[in-house]
Amino acid sequence: MIVADEKSLPEILDMIKDCNHILVLGCKGCVTVCNVGGLKEVQILASALRIGRKKDGRIVKVDEEILERQCDPEYVAQIKDRVQNYDGVVSLACGVGPQFLSEAYPDQHFFPAVNTKFFGGAVAHGIWEERCAGCGNCIIHNFDGLCPIARCSKSLMNGPCGGSSNGKCEIDKEILCIWDSIVRKKMASGQLNDLLKVMPIKDWRTARDGGPRKRIKEDLTK
Amino acid sequence: MTTDNFEPKILAFCCKYCAYAAADLAGSMRLSYPSNVKVIQVPCTGRVDITYLLRAIEDGADGVYVAGCLEGECHFLAGNLRTKKRVKYVKKVLADLKIEPERVEMFNLSSAMGPRFAEIANEMTDRIKKLGPSPIKNNDQCKEVKHDCSR
Amino acid sequence: MSNDLKSGSNLEKVLRSGHFAFTGECGPPKGANIEHLKEKMHPLKGNVDAVNVTDNQTAVVRMSSWAASTIMVQEGIEPNFQMVCRDRNRLAMMSDILGVYVMGIRNMLCLSGDHQKFGNHPESKNVYDIDSLQLISLAKKMRDEGKFLNGEPIDVPPKIFIGAACNPFADPFEFRVYRLAKKIEAGADFVQTQCIYNMKKFREFMKMAVDMGLSEKCYILAGVTPLKSIGMAQYMAKMVPGMDVPNELIQRLKGAPKGKAAEEGIKIALEQIEEFKEMKGVSGVHLMAIEWEHRVPEIAERAGMLPRPKV
Repeated sequence: MIVADEKSLPEILDMIKDCNHILVLGCKGCVTVCNVGGLKEVQILASALRIGRKKDGRIVKVDEEILERQCDPEYVAQIKDRVQNYDGVVSLACGVGPQFLSEAYPDQHFFPAVNTKFFGGAVAHGIWEERCAGCGNCIIHNFDGLCPIARCSKSLMNGPCGGSSNGKCEIDKEILCIWDSIVRKKMASGQLNDLLKVMPIKDWRTARDGGPRKRIKEDLTK
Repeated sequence: MTTDNFEPKILAFCCKYCAYAAADLAGSMRLSYPSNVKVIQVPCTGRVDITYLLRAIEDGADGVYVAGCLEGECHFLAGNLRTKKRVKYVKKVLADLKIEPERVEMFNLSSAMGPRFAEIANEMTDRIKKLGPSPIKNNDQCKEVKHDCSR
Repeated sequence: MSNDLKSGSNLEKVLRSGHFAFTGECGPPKGANIEHLKEKMHPLKGNVDAVNVTDNQTAVVRMSSWAASTIMVQEGIEPNFQMVCRDRNRLAMMSDILGVYVMGIRNMLCLSGDHQKFGNHPESKNVYDIDSLQLISLAKKMRDEGKFLNGEPIDVPPKIFIGAACNPFADPFEFRVYRLAKKIEAGADFVQTQCIYNMKKFREFMKMAVDMGLSEKCYILAGVTPLKSIGMAQYMAKMVPGMDVPNELIQRLKGAPKGKAAEEGIKIALEQIEEFKEMKGVSGVHLMAIEWEHRVPEIAERAGMLPRPKV
């Protein structure tokens, strides 16, 4: 899923400083699963914003709502009849949400309430880790299912570098050296030979480096 | 902000297995505690949501606290531990909004600790009296933003 | 190794003629202070076969390694130009390789580079378009095939003596010799190791390298950094990832008479060099006298490295 993190309250309060009536809009997609933009977080943020503004003696009316997904015009259309009632809309979706909203309602202000961080999953309750860099050309089968592009700090295709120490990355003792894991896994399964050839230079055109990307599935297009 | 005759409004979410029973015990022991504290019984402090605490502050409470079982003694195993973290979260929200995080607190006690219940109520009342009234103003004291940002 | 010289660099000729090579290191200044750079590089002149010029080492911004290398060429010192993968994409790498060749630079050390998080601009974007092994293969392709990565021909290919780094002390130890083999397969002509302090582990590593025939395919230079103080030894042991400083060495420095820890550090380095001279598979020593360039002549003299061969 896409994993996001909360923006600070002062930052959001500053975004909505000129608004009297706002909508805090959640998303039932990834941000609900990673506990940053679901119904609960909508309620918490709405309450916190009201508290913050009441403290300053400048009341703000906050409505609370959640969409099935904010990355789909079909669901974005569901607030069509009321979106103009607000001075601004605070979106708790990933970076995609406020953009789809802005495109659908060009006359409205949309404010991001989260910082979109990475593609990953929950390794434990309340802890999410990055797993994929979205490079557009998956190669993890070469590395026993572990991605050096997303998980090595230097995205090395031929690691581990000289900074690998006790299975941890040189940049932070909390970060796994994924190359250490790859090598150990290959050694344990007797397939070290797989790592002895020099991995070819990667073509980054399939990644963001090739410009903004688009996917078309012909059988679905009209 | 402190005024001599300031009587704070304090909300206490009390677990029925410990703090609420301790309140009963305090009563039968004829221990007095400030009437500023309004007790709400919950089946477990784990039932207390972040939004409950925030709504209490939003609606004008000067202080809020959660009183649950001693750590390790929760009837639902970890309800009090979960809420301890929620209280910490709410403290951070208040701090971010430049509101004293001490207005929210978590306490742990057992059903046999009647005197401790009264002590907590006194402690919290004293603390809030020192802090003064909540900086959250009533709706009628608030102004609308003059500038209209709608395009 | 064929008989034709790959680059014609002094280092290549020294190694090819069977001499025990001796290389030094010099970090460019944090500024455009050319006098400071010259001051640092001059003690190395004539006392080593080539001088590594670091490329924003520890991710701290310094004068560019190619510019400092160029100044070295002008001053009659042979540079070993370092290039890291952190700061350049493949376009910049290839154009810099052409550029340094034109400026008379003939040795290049290919490195991943310390992560920018360690440096003085941790906010920067990290490039890592290609990794150090791929950089080696890129330099080899440009030199031997006369082609850019995309296969287009190069008008006058850069004849560079290609170096690589090797850290026998990083984890997992069992894989380190294989990674060295990969670097040699990619095209490394010579290898300089990380600073060696754990001699036992290095002997073990070299035995594996020799058994695998790696020292037949590539010149291996053993890395030596004299410990200047007990503090430096402790810092290296604790703070530098992938550095192995055995406790016995720290104890030996501590046991030195007051004010003599630096001398003890040099003695340790000299003992190491003596052993490397005899060690099977080791073709030379790479002396990284960090901020101690002015002591290099003395160390070279005492190590019996002088005079350097004229080849």
